[in-house]
Amino acid sequence: PTDQTSIALFLCHPLHWPSLPAQRKYMRSPPIPEMATQEVQLNETLAHLKTESETLKTKLEEERAKLHDVELHQVAEKVEALGQFVMKTRRTLKGHGNKVLCMDWCKDKRRIVSSSQDGKVIVWDAFTTNKEHAVTMPCTWVMACAYAPSGCAVACGGLDNKCSVYPLSLDKNENLAAKKKSVAMHTNYLSACSFTNSDMQILTSSGDGTCALWDVESGQLLQSFHGHAADVLCLDLAPSETGNTFVSGGCDKKANVWDMRSGQCIQSFETHESDINSVRYYPSGDAFASGSDDATCRLYDLRADREVAIYSKESIIFGVSSVDFSLSGRLLFGGYNDYTINVWDVLKGTRVSILFGHENRVSTLRVSPDGTAFCTGSWDHTLRIWA
Amino acid sequence: MSSSSNLTTMKKAVQQLRFEASINRVKVSQAAVDLQQFCLQNALQDPLLTGVSSSTNPFRPQKVCSFL
Repeated sequence: PTDQTSIALFLCHPLHWPSLPAQRKYMRSPPIPEMATQEVQLNETLAHLKTESETLKTKLEEERAKLHDVELHQVAEKVEALGQFVMKTRRTLKGHGNKVLCMDWCKDKRRIVSSSQDGKVIVWDAFTTNKEHAVTMPCTWVMACAYAPSGCAVACGGLDNKCSVYPLSLDKNENLAAKKKSVAMHTNYLSACSFTNSDMQILTSSGDGTCALWDVESGQLLQSFHGHAADVLCLDLAPSETGNTFVSGGCDKKANVWDMRSGQCIQSFETHESDINSVRYYPSGDAFASGSDDATCRLYDLRADREVAIYSKESIIFGVSSVDFSLSGRLLFGGYNDYTINVWDVLKGTRVSILFGHENRVSTLRVSPDGTAFCTGSWDHTLRIWA
Repeated sequence: MSSSSNLTTMKKAVQQLRFEASINRVKVSQAAVDLQQFCLQNALQDPLLTGVSSSTNPFRPQKVCSFL
């Protein structure tokens, strides 16, 4: 090897430097003169890399700033303002014994799966409010749940550090827990899970700082995603037309976009001032929104590679737990820790509506697959359907 | 062995930064126009935006008959 970096790596390989710590400890006059030189080279290389890192970070900021020629809301000035919205609670789903932590819609646009701190996972018919299935998990705090694309299974997990899949039986009396399949294993809590575009693969995020892609049938780890410096709290898959990527948000205030096949982090955004609790792709796949404990929602455009809008008000001081877009992407719904839902005009950056009803934090929010309604889950033990 | 593991971590971080710095970007003005266009093109198909009437929204007050 000739260049400094390669030399450094060469030396770092265990085969070439098996007892470095011991030799460092007792080395006053090095037994072999080259060893001291090599260590100096190691430190010089580290210093060079640090400098390069700083230079690249500055360059990245400069490149992004160069293209920041206008704000989204300025471009949208000529767009017609939105009128008054009448959105009310149309259904209330009662049955959980404790805080609702997560929910997901079935593709059939009427069924919903929800999970709670009480360890229960319930499947509801949102039209009739009837409970169709209920499973008791072996752990409390089931923080994540997801419906399979086929509608024939649900996935869930939380403090058990796992993601398990339960096939849904047509027989309401059948014990769902008996057919449970453990798929994912993390080394800390499961914060979110999502099936990919089939029942065969699940994407998970965890308090252990990683995301992972799993094969449901075998439980095999297909790909892992490393890059967050703290708990990963949320993830969202890109709309299928956009290709194999997903976005994740974490306690390190970063939102990362990943290539599912290679495991590489493609883009990273760090403008939030606190934990990112929720991320959701814009329907075209060219952007994504995030909701954070810093009480703001933000929009990041992937092609401009930067934040293009902030949705905030001085009067809003509580964190955002969950965000989702309406079908056209014009509206952004945010569930907040102050029990409210704020509805934002994505283009103009203004709030168009504030919705009341829940009696505690809104912890989860999803728009239905056909966009006719959205569902919220809350620490007040209920779920509400709004339209 | 902290020096060499720092080096490996640093090397990975620099590689990641090089990759991120090299991607192609478009101007915000262009990106914004595209976002706006998508919204406007799909506005009519957005029930929560247009406020679809009770007869077509299964969640609105009208009693719903479903044939199973």
